[in-house]
Amino acid sequence: MSGDGRPSRKGRASRQRLLRRFRVFRLVRSSKGPEPDGPGENEAVRRRLGVGFWLAVVWLVVMAFIALFAPMLPFADPTKVGYSGPREPPSAGAWFGTDALGRDVFSRTMHGARISLAVGGFAIVFGMVVGGALGILAGYFRGRLDQAVGFTFFVLLSFPALVLAILITATLERSLLVVSLTIGILAVAPVGLLARASTLVYAEREFVAAARVLGARNGRIIVRELLPNVVIPMGALTLLGMAVAVVAEGSLAFLGLSVAGDEAISWGKMIVDGAGLRDLQNATHVAMFPVAVMFVTVLALNFAGDRIRQYFDVKELAF
Amino acid sequence: MAGTGHTQLRGDDVLLRVRDLVVQFPAGRKRVVHAVSEVTFDVAEGETLGIVGESGCGKSTVARAIIRLVDITAGEVRFQGQDLAGLEGEDLRRVRPSLQMIFQDPISSLNPRRRVRDVIGEGLAVWGDEIGSWSLDRIDELMEAVGVEARYGDRRPHEFSGGQCQRIGIARALALDPKVLICDEPVSALDVSIQAQILNLIQDMKRRYGLTVLFISHDLSVVKNVSDRIVVMYLGKVCEIGSTEELYSRPAHPYTRALLASIPEPAPTVDVSEGDIGDELPSATAPPSGCRFHTRCPRATDVCRDVEPVTEQIGDADHFVACHHPVAAEVAVRAP
Amino acid sequence: MAPDQTTAAPVPLLSVRDLHVRFPTERGTVNAVNGVSFDLYEGKTLAIVGESGSGKSVTAKTLMNLLPRSALVSGDVTYAGQDVRALAAAGTKHFFGVQMTMVFQDPMTSLNPVKRVGEQIAETLRYHLGRSRSAALEEAEDLLDAVGMPEPARRVMQYPHELSGGLRQRVVIAMALACQPRLLIADEPTTAVDVTVQKHLLDLLDELRRDRGMAMILITHDLGVAHGRADDVAVMYAGRIVETADARTLFVDMRHPYTEALLRSIPRIDDPVHHRLDPIPGRPPELISPPDACAFAPRCLYAQADCLDGVPELSGLVGLHRFACLHPTGTERGVAAATANRAAGVTVAGLPLTGDPGGAG
Repeated sequence: MSGDGRPSRKGRASRQRLLRRFRVFRLVRSSKGPEPDGPGENEAVRRRLGVGFWLAVVWLVVMAFIALFAPMLPFADPTKVGYSGPREPPSAGAWFGTDALGRDVFSRTMHGARISLAVGGFAIVFGMVVGGALGILAGYFRGRLDQAVGFTFFVLLSFPALVLAILITATLERSLLVVSLTIGILAVAPVGLLARASTLVYAEREFVAAARVLGARNGRIIVRELLPNVVIPMGALTLLGMAVAVVAEGSLAFLGLSVAGDEAISWGKMIVDGAGLRDLQNATHVAMFPVAVMFVTVLALNFAGDRIRQYFDVKELAF
Repeated sequence: MAGTGHTQLRGDDVLLRVRDLVVQFPAGRKRVVHAVSEVTFDVAEGETLGIVGESGCGKSTVARAIIRLVDITAGEVRFQGQDLAGLEGEDLRRVRPSLQMIFQDPISSLNPRRRVRDVIGEGLAVWGDEIGSWSLDRIDELMEAVGVEARYGDRRPHEFSGGQCQRIGIARALALDPKVLICDEPVSALDVSIQAQILNLIQDMKRRYGLTVLFISHDLSVVKNVSDRIVVMYLGKVCEIGSTEELYSRPAHPYTRALLASIPEPAPTVDVSEGDIGDELPSATAPPSGCRFHTRCPRATDVCRDVEPVTEQIGDADHFVACHHPVAAEVAVRAP
Repeated sequence: MAPDQTTAAPVPLLSVRDLHVRFPTERGTVNAVNGVSFDLYEGKTLAIVGESGSGKSVTAKTLMNLLPRSALVSGDVTYAGQDVRALAAAGTKHFFGVQMTMVFQDPMTSLNPVKRVGEQIAETLRYHLGRSRSAALEEAEDLLDAVGMPEPARRVMQYPHELSGGLRQRVVIAMALACQPRLLIADEPTTAVDVTVQKHLLDLLDELRRDRGMAMILITHDLGVAHGRADDVAVMYAGRIVETADARTLFVDMRHPYTEALLRSIPRIDDPVHHRLDPIPGRPPELISPPDACAFAPRCLYAQADCLDGVPELSGLVGLHRFACLHPTGTERGVAAATANRAAGVTVAGLPLTGDPGGAG
């Protein structure tokens, strides 16, 4: 009883026939999908998130903890010049070595998490809140509002991101808030378009019509009926978006446009510090350690974000 | 058919009266879809009115216009004497609880992210103390009434079968103690063996809660089973209205007869050949002149092309037809 | 194929024996088809009737070799002496779509939305029959004419979206007929269209089958369609044929309680107004690890202890009236079972027999 004796009808099978068969496969699959039966008997098996996901989460939690409490943790003073000799390789005293000014790279990397993660987190939250709200309102009310919001999004998307960032950070004081806002504004349009698209889909569903027939006001329909559905695809993107924002901060740092001041340490600025020719040749560790930490963090964000997205995708298919 | 006219209206003691209802949708390039054109009928309290017709006849749009889910272009929808067509904002919201709806797709009509108990209690939660307040007991009672065990209240819709989802949709509609229940193809998405459960349930609920029902379906057998009175629609117009008994035993409109002849086991009152009316439904953006059915009608003459028929009573029974050449009662008893 | 054998030929055109299809899924193995056997003779129509999940469509797709690779198939399918599953395994060209073709519920499953319909029909002719481009296009027009398409010369130049649902389905039928198949499988061909169009399509299929001496398998959930259009009917439930007979016998003198219950549950046009329907209680059966019992027993008014004791086999010989029931309706055993259950107020499977059998749907 094997079904694997099927022909791999390759070769001359025309594209159209392939297309047709593909549709048929989908048809078969959809008709054979898990059928929602009575409750209790047939609950969908919960997908497991996997070990990799939990490793990623552990890393992120540790980094978040360090970022929050770095000043209280027993790290060396990250701004103290001449803590040891300049460009010392990693040792028991300075795990990641020291940079050109003799500052402790480990301590600086840990403190750098503060700004890098704050910028990433704030930017994506800003994008979610502003973009999500605009997108949902535009998708729900349609009409003029939709046109206006859609136009704004497309302007934001077409405007060169780097030029916008330079414009803002060059004219305003480069505070943590301004840098975060800059990246946050860049996140508004992509997040907003996603929110608008899923709102359009769900607003067509009959449960929204049912809520209106029951007498629910627009606000209640948006909050109770649409938001829980739209937040899922958006929320799944939070971590992925944060990864992009962390990298974006690094890019701004390269242009010298990250948060100003020696007190403000970020991974991006540290990498720039260690990216001079002399450092790269003789003291690779100065740039490589912040790069590695940033890399692992972004990887963890991407990995965890992707697993969450898959997890909720499956839940959606369950009906 | 495809006609106008008001002779089918009864006295003033009806619960719901739709008069010259017009619904048009923009279709781009300055064209409009004439979804519903000057439709007139009424529904008496406690009655079940069936609306039957093929896809594109405007039956669902009529339902959605009455309940104000689509905008009314012209005409009036009088409910207990009040014209719903002109209502906006809070005034409209106030009358909503009296008119509730059951949807075609039981799964699409339930929010996948909400628990069944919240779905059913939504109406009560919206209205707070104004209409019988929200309570677990009330929701359990509703669940019991529609045949879903109350202990499943914490489950989400995707854990239920299509039939159970439709029961939940019915419970949600009943929560606000409506006067009118509009059923838009409530069983066409369900398996054959489940349809009868839901049809019986709707009739039970009608009796138990004293409902007036507007039942929309493409299935002539289903409509016959539930309706006291039936409206046959074609391309946005009313063809024939009458008591179910009259309409099925003496169908007068050629389109009604074509429908009855087309079903797999044709009605005995028509000849099978009457179902041969061609495949092509005219476009609703440019509906035919005169009688909208004339392009497919075997009895059409020149007058049908030019003059729109008006509904006229047939005999002295509750039976009205909009046709220049209705099939007379004596011929109707089995002849082409 | 010329219709030289008008009535029952001695050898069936298609013979299916003990067909099983299973799909491994995350939640377990779905037993979609569990031992289906039937014969189909040239020029005959077999209707396979069932609800969603009954396995009727999976059966059809198995015959056409259209299942996803993950499906586990066993059993024998013989078409005119050839082993169909071996042909499929060998990747034989010009068999599926030539000897045997299929029409789906949604015509857009088979149509390419960005290609003119004439081209699409011509492509089938060119691929399978090696026609030249111009000959194929001409033949496409003739085929559209043959399926009753108004103005075929104009239609060949149109795209699928310019046609109504009924006309699209005619194009699909024309494509299916292009290579003169001897067997046409129609999977819910009229479910997506209106009743007046449905009548025309079914008339067309009937006419084509008669004129060309084709055999047809008509998959449908609509008992009315099966009644009016088929020579033989097989009723499926939970992946099994539970009853099969010629159409007249099946609808008038049925033996399986499911057939009877299904017929009773649908409203009919000649029933009186407000006629109380007899619904089938309960919900459709479980296809993942089903119990070793009659799948219909939990919903059956006749169920007895022995019904829960292994799956009943189809009685009798292939080709005769067969049913898989230990207490068939219309027999003494069935009457006794129903009486006993009514007296007890509950069937062995736990179905209460008092009041309205509503329950969970």
